[in-house]
Amino acid sequence: MDPARRLGRAQIDVLAQLGVSTVLLGGIYALIAVGLTLIFGIMRVVNFAHGEFLMLGMYVAFWAYSLWTLDPYFVLFVSIPLFFGIGYLTYVLVMRGVIHASHNVQIFTTVGLSTALQNVALVLWTGDFRTVRPWHSSVVIRVFGTAFNLSQVVAFAIALGLTLVLFAFMKWTHTGRVMRATAQDHDAATLMGVDTDKVYRLTFAIGIACVGAAGALVSPLYAVYPTAGLQFVLLAYVVVVLGGLGDMVGAMLGSLIVAAVEVVGSYFFGVAWKEVCYFILFIAVLVFRPAGLFGQRGAETLGV
Amino acid sequence: MLRLDAIDAFYDDLQALAAVSFEVGRGEIVALVGANAAGKSTTLRVVSGLMAPRRGRVLFGDEDLTRVAAHLRVERGIVQVPEGRRLFPFMTVVENLLLGAHPTRARAARAKTLEYVYSLFPLLADRRAQLAGSLSGGEQQMCAIGRALMARPRMLMLDEPTLGLAPVLVSRIFETVRAINLDGVTVLLVEQNVRQALTLAHRACVLESGKLVLQGRASELLGDERLKRAYLGL
Repeated sequence: MDPARRLGRAQIDVLAQLGVSTVLLGGIYALIAVGLTLIFGIMRVVNFAHGEFLMLGMYVAFWAYSLWTLDPYFVLFVSIPLFFGIGYLTYVLVMRGVIHASHNVQIFTTVGLSTALQNVALVLWTGDFRTVRPWHSSVVIRVFGTAFNLSQVVAFAIALGLTLVLFAFMKWTHTGRVMRATAQDHDAATLMGVDTDKVYRLTFAIGIACVGAAGALVSPLYAVYPTAGLQFVLLAYVVVVLGGLGDMVGAMLGSLIVAAVEVVGSYFFGVAWKEVCYFILFIAVLVFRPAGLFGQRGAETLGV
Repeated sequence: MLRLDAIDAFYDDLQALAAVSFEVGRGEIVALVGANAAGKSTTLRVVSGLMAPRRGRVLFGDEDLTRVAAHLRVERGIVQVPEGRRLFPFMTVVENLLLGAHPTRARAARAKTLEYVYSLFPLLADRRAQLAGSLSGGEQQMCAIGRALMARPRMLMLDEPTLGLAPVLVSRIFETVRAINLDGVTVLLVEQNVRQALTLAHRACVLESGKLVLQGRASELLGDERLKRAYLGL
């Protein structure tokens, strides 16, 4: 039977709305997750401070808006180089010392960094919820019975664009090839004359630039406070595991799946249940397909 | 061209090389032979810089490389084909080859060197878009040698290039090494295939439990009684 006949007009609208929300949300999650999976894939380090860089990105957008009424999507062009630099410095000052250490040491380091950044934000900017409300966050677009605000669409488009640029960079430039090669075989890359420390600096800088950009993009949509990064980074871990650790295409598809679970779960069970929904999915993937839904078996140890 | 000067190397407390000294002259093929765990691969790791010796010096030309980082030694022209190929399995053949041309010296001549590599191994040209991990063992070895050549080596180090290959491929690899040498590349070769290695090389060094026990002209070593008994099974 034609589903359109079985379903009433209202149900189709709901489905369309859920679909659109999924895609819009998924695009932003992808940009957050891609930076995380890039860092993990190449450096073999899980960056538990990833969410805090997102939080910093949101604060940058907030202050630029409050002090100079700069639009977050304009601030983005400053945020990307700024967070590239922050990532670069963080690598040199913090990560370099532990890059060849055991996983335990690395986890303590990035968790410590995360706590430190949260508390720095708390001291500097208090725990207040702050919001950025540029004009486009109140413009509602209606297409075929679905509604979404302009900020969401722009954020999605920019996130998608940045993710695709990163893909192209990794696939077709010499530097991208060098980064992938380092992920696959660190020693062999060294024997090709690759300065792997330089690759790690660059990787961390790019990963942090992505999440800093994401921070600016989500600032008109979510409130910012010192632990604002947590809500995103938890789901970014789910995305990264779903997609196969270190797999960038997997991270994109994983973002869509997590966004779908969140949107559909929130609609049917209520917003409070959304985390339960995607963590059930997360545990199921870990039990049944630890290499990720799309990962090649064994690839998680090669970082592809 | 290359000189190792009283190298001592350790894996933690385990001594892998003891006072190893030898030279490789410009344009030579020098074979490094010996049993398993004699220290052959360790010697190459010390030369390429993947491993730092506890004592001794590595000299290349007039320069002391002992404290120079591994990736910078590639810039100087020391390029190693690692044991077990170590290709980048999830990248295509041509991507692997292009990565070989990473050193600044090699970057500009990339297209020309690629042609040279394809002429040496026409098969790689046919397989250029295939993932390196899906090649057969012999093809992978060709790809690994090709990738090293892309770096425009002045000295090429090969670690067990014929390990696990069918006899016909073994001869093919040896012929290629000779051709590369005739094109002006100095070769330092680690081989378990002692007889063929000695036939190919100009000179050879024999390692035993981390010590250099014998060195000389390869043709003379082929007739050496000790070597015959120990490695050639005669």
